[in-house]
Amino acid sequence: MPSITYIETNGTSHNIELPLGATIMEGAIQNDVKGIVAECGGSCMCATCHIYVDEKFLDKLPTMEEEEQEMLEGATAEVKSNSRLSCQVRMSNELDGIMVRVPEEQ
Amino acid sequence: MKKVVVIGAGHGGVQVAASLRDEGFEGEIVLISEEKELPYQKPPLSKGFLQGKQTEVSILFRSEQYYVSNAIDLRLGVTIASINPKENYISTVNGEKIDFTYLILATGAANRKLRFDGKEPKNVYYLRTLSDAKWIGQQLESANNVVIVGGGFIGLELAALAVEKGKKVTVIEAQSRLMERVLPEVISKVFYETHIQKGAKVYLGACVNGIQDNGDVVLSTGEALPSDLILAGIGVIPETQLAKEAGIICENGIVVNELQQTSIPNIYAIGDVANHYNPFAKKNLRLESVQNAVDQAKTAAAHILGKAVPYNAVPWFWTFQYHLKLQMAGISLGYDDYVVRGDTASGKFSIYYYKEGKLIGVDSLNKPADHLNARKLLELGIHPAKEEIRDLSLSLKELVSVS
Ligand SMILES: Cc1cc2nc3c(=O)[nH]c(=O)nc-3n(C[C@H](O)[C@H](O)[C@H](O)COP(=O)(O)OP(=O)(O)OC[C@H]3O[C@@H](n4cnc5c(N)ncnc54)[C@H](O)[C@@H]3O)c2cc1C
Ligand code: FES
Repeated sequence: MPSITYIETNGTSHNIELPLGATIMEGAIQNDVKGIVAECGGSCMCATCHIYVDEKFLDKLPTMEEEEQEMLEGATAEVKSNSRLSCQVRMSNELDGIMVRVPEEQ
Repeated sequence: MKKVVVIGAGHGGVQVAASLRDEGFEGEIVLISEEKELPYQKPPLSKGFLQGKQTEVSILFRSEQYYVSNAIDLRLGVTIASINPKENYISTVNGEKIDFTYLILATGAANRKLRFDGKEPKNVYYLRTLSDAKWIGQQLESANNVVIVGGGFIGLELAALAVEKGKKVTVIEAQSRLMERVLPEVISKVFYETHIQKGAKVYLGACVNGIQDNGDVVLSTGEALPSDLILAGIGVIPETQLAKEAGIICENGIVVNELQQTSIPNIYAIGDVANHYNPFAKKNLRLESVQNAVDQAKTAAAHILGKAVPYNAVPWFWTFQYHLKLQMAGISLGYDDYVVRGDTASGKFSIYYYKEGKLIGVDSLNKPADHLNARKLLELGIHPAKEEIRDLSLSLKELVSVS
């Protein structure tokens, strides 16, 4: 299984193995990573699953659909070039070893 | 040591337990569910789960380990039979007593059942739980003719996914248009036309008079619609029985104050079951939404921890049918005017509802950014002028800063 590291705002990190196809949001929620809220349960409806992705992995991520882009605009914390909605990113072998940071606010 | 006992592990119940721990509650937490499965989310049942895009694991709120590591004593498959508010304990159907310092009723709502001459037909199915969804999923595999009674959100989401599975689908709605209770004509129409265009048959203003054992659904006009699967989504009834029997005041749900307390101060009610004064609707009502369950849970948890933060969250809700994503913010019921932003023909637009010149709600169709922005406008109490809404050259972010 590919592994992922989540870094919370206080620096706490979680290294977790996620099954292929699971979303980064699901991994966070089920492993109690603080700061990913995911109010809508992954429907791309709430923008409370915002993350910052390690720059090294940016080109390996699935491209952003229009709806994700639009929702992201409404995220509470600053939207940066490496911002994504974690419910829209599924784990793949290419993402093995990825690191994501949780923003200050959701 | 203080002990919080929560009955019901749906959206409200799980959130209250999580919020208590997040906010530093150190006492015992017992979270009780009559369902056997780990607590899961309901919205995907009529969407991603039955479409086959989401799995049983992906719809869980949390992993099993979460409850263990947060010292949340999750008791699955346990049904509560009664509350003793004088001696502060509840009893399970097996007679076990569980005492509490604070009790939270997060029992949700049950589906209203179709009845003819006082009898419930046996061949009609309803969707509320994961096990209902699994059963419906199995039936859908072999069914060809699916009749859906009720053109509300759940009925229509089921209709859309059945159409997408190649079924012949008929929807029967008693009102003169779809989702009439909550949506204006313009939006109902888009949904109606889409269902028809995708191949569903939709009867409006139609009444079901009976259901035969062979699956025929008989309308008041005498027409009989053959079916091999009948699903109904005709509204819900709040689960108030425990509260009523305990002498807690109920009236269309369990009546709560702005801190989610019932008529017995150490007993709270949250979510679908709670009849509260809603500042956005400016009246007492129950809301059946994830937002309401989650935000009321936070209010109750905060109060138990000594913080009185009255419930005052912007209501929001969503539905998916085919490519249509509708997101609702605020309570638009009772509007006296509305303004459309965007082009209705493009299928991407938002409707801003006004009452006495004030913005009270916004429905966004395939316009998620408008929706998030609308929640901010409503939360901040900003009432943009109608011309501003119509002006597409004005960005939504500017609307939030114009106060
Ligand atoms: C198919 C479907 C689709 C939906 N789609 C959406 C949507 O898109 N967006 C949205 O915002 N909302 C949606 N909703 C509504 C949303 O799921 C509810 O508003 C929300 O679940 C309410 O949370 P709750 O905690 O009040 O109750 P629930 O989540 O219903 O949980 C109540 C729990 O209490 C348990 N319980 C009841 N009585 C007892 C007892 N005596 N002993 C032990 N346990 C008991 C029940 O078994 C249940 O598990 C949908 C609902 C359904 C059914
Ligand atoms: S969980 Fe709601 S947008 Fe990702």
